[in-house]
Amino acid sequence: MPIITFIRPDNRSESIEARIGESAMLAATRHGVDEIVAECGGNAMCATCHVYVDDNWIGRLAAMSEAAERQPNSRLSCQIKIEQELDGLVLRLPERQL
Amino acid sequence: MVTTGSTRVGGGHAGAASGGVPSGIPGLDVDPFAIEFFENPFPTHEALREAGPLVHLDKWNVYAVARYAEVHRVLNDPVTFCSSRGVGLSDFAKEKPWRPPSLILEADPPAHTRTRAVLSRVLSPAVMKQIRDGFAAAAEAKVDELLAKGSFDAVTDLAEAYPLSVFPDAVGLKQEGREHLLPYAGVVFNAFGPPNQLRQTAIERSQPHQAYVQEQCQRDNLAPGGFGACIHARVDAGDIAAAEAPMLVRSLLSAGIDTTVNGIGAAIYCLARFPEEFARLRSDPSLARNAFEEAIRFESPVQTFFRTTTKDVEISGCEVGVGEKILMFLGAANRDPRRWADPDRYDITRKTSGHVGFGSGIHMCVGQLVARLEGEVMLAALARKVAAIEMSGPVKRRYNNTLRGLESLPITLRPV
Repeated sequence: MPIITFIRPDNRSESIEARIGESAMLAATRHGVDEIVAECGGNAMCATCHVYVDDNWIGRLAAMSEAAERQPNSRLSCQIKIEQELDGLVLRLPERQL
Repeated sequence: MVTTGSTRVGGGHAGAASGGVPSGIPGLDVDPFAIEFFENPFPTHEALREAGPLVHLDKWNVYAVARYAEVHRVLNDPVTFCSSRGVGLSDFAKEKPWRPPSLILEADPPAHTRTRAVLSRVLSPAVMKQIRDGFAAAAEAKVDELLAKGSFDAVTDLAEAYPLSVFPDAVGLKQEGREHLLPYAGVVFNAFGPPNQLRQTAIERSQPHQAYVQEQCQRDNLAPGGFGACIHARVDAGDIAAAEAPMLVRSLLSAGIDTTVNGIGAAIYCLARFPEEFARLRSDPSLARNAFEEAIRFESPVQTFFRTTTKDVEISGCEVGVGEKILMFLGAANRDPRRWADPDRYDITRKTSGHVGFGSGIHMCVGQLVARLEGEVMLAALARKVAAIEMSGPVKRRYNNTLRGLESLPITLRPV
């Protein structure tokens, strides 16, 4: 199973095992990464699973489908589908979701 | 209560296309649109979940799902389970809809994708940031006013009064005629139900409410800067046709008020019944948003919606033919012990992500951010200003084919 690392604003990090085919949001909430709120449950509506994708990984993810909000490396983690090729993915958590 | 489905013949209102219910699908003799059910739906919800992943409701000759996994699956497969034949029991392929179908709720991709994008944009996270302070100030003022009163009816004076004090202004509606808004929404949500007394009476009396809503949806009647004007502005941008804009404003007026009334009502009813949870909220008002979300899971103000199968499909081992209505019990899914630990407990720190109180998938409530904003700022104001919420009279339930909520909830607020 691919490993994903979440890095908090204070640089504390947490690496979790994700299942292929699930979203990074689901992987995070399954493992209790509380900074991922995910109010809408994965429907790209609430913007409370926002992450900043690490520079080394941004080129390997699909572009955002919606108009840009916040930064170019912003993604909704419910829209990041886990594949084996994303083993080692690093996602930075924002200060707050709302 | 449970029968096996091998020998009965279909052909009632919903019309089993195959002429009968396949064997192996349990049939239940329950009516989820009856007054006795509305009073206490939970034992029936459990019976529906325990009977199987797919059941048949003999009374209305319709299939139903009540477990979380199946409800979630049906919601998230709009190609197989369509909305364009109506999201109530009435099949638009067989019956004339009681009003022109909604361009968003009662539509499928690709038509739905275009209209959905318009409303998503009008009700986006960025727009919520602009309206947040105004909504919060109105909630503070409302709680101050109610504290001065002391004892009042939490349904009319709070759950209805607060959304009515912010949402119509946000849409840009005129002051006159707003008394039609709640009755109109009541008709809309009764009309999703079967042809029972509630639905028939509501539609018979709907004409003045329909006339009001149709008029207010016109561009000239909507104040600049409001949600309504923003929808009409998408016509100028070429996103929608001029004739579509009033219909999308109608969606806001259909689904934007009674739903939040019942959501806020559910939250107040929860906090009044579970004072230890209100105490936790008081000690940390930042829990307000989740306390509201958990009330949506716990009470599920929108109880049910239907879909229609577009092809033969297997649901958890059961075959369903094309053209069949499937009733989804959102409220039962939100308390399915297969998905939720201690589901019958109202817990304001529960991880609520994934509940289907706002639906799920492409039709998930487009106004959910407005609903959460209203709920959060109201509960936060109560948490800061109120020491205790006490029930001070008999609780009366309101009966609607789709909406779960109260007619009357007498309470007394004690100031901090």
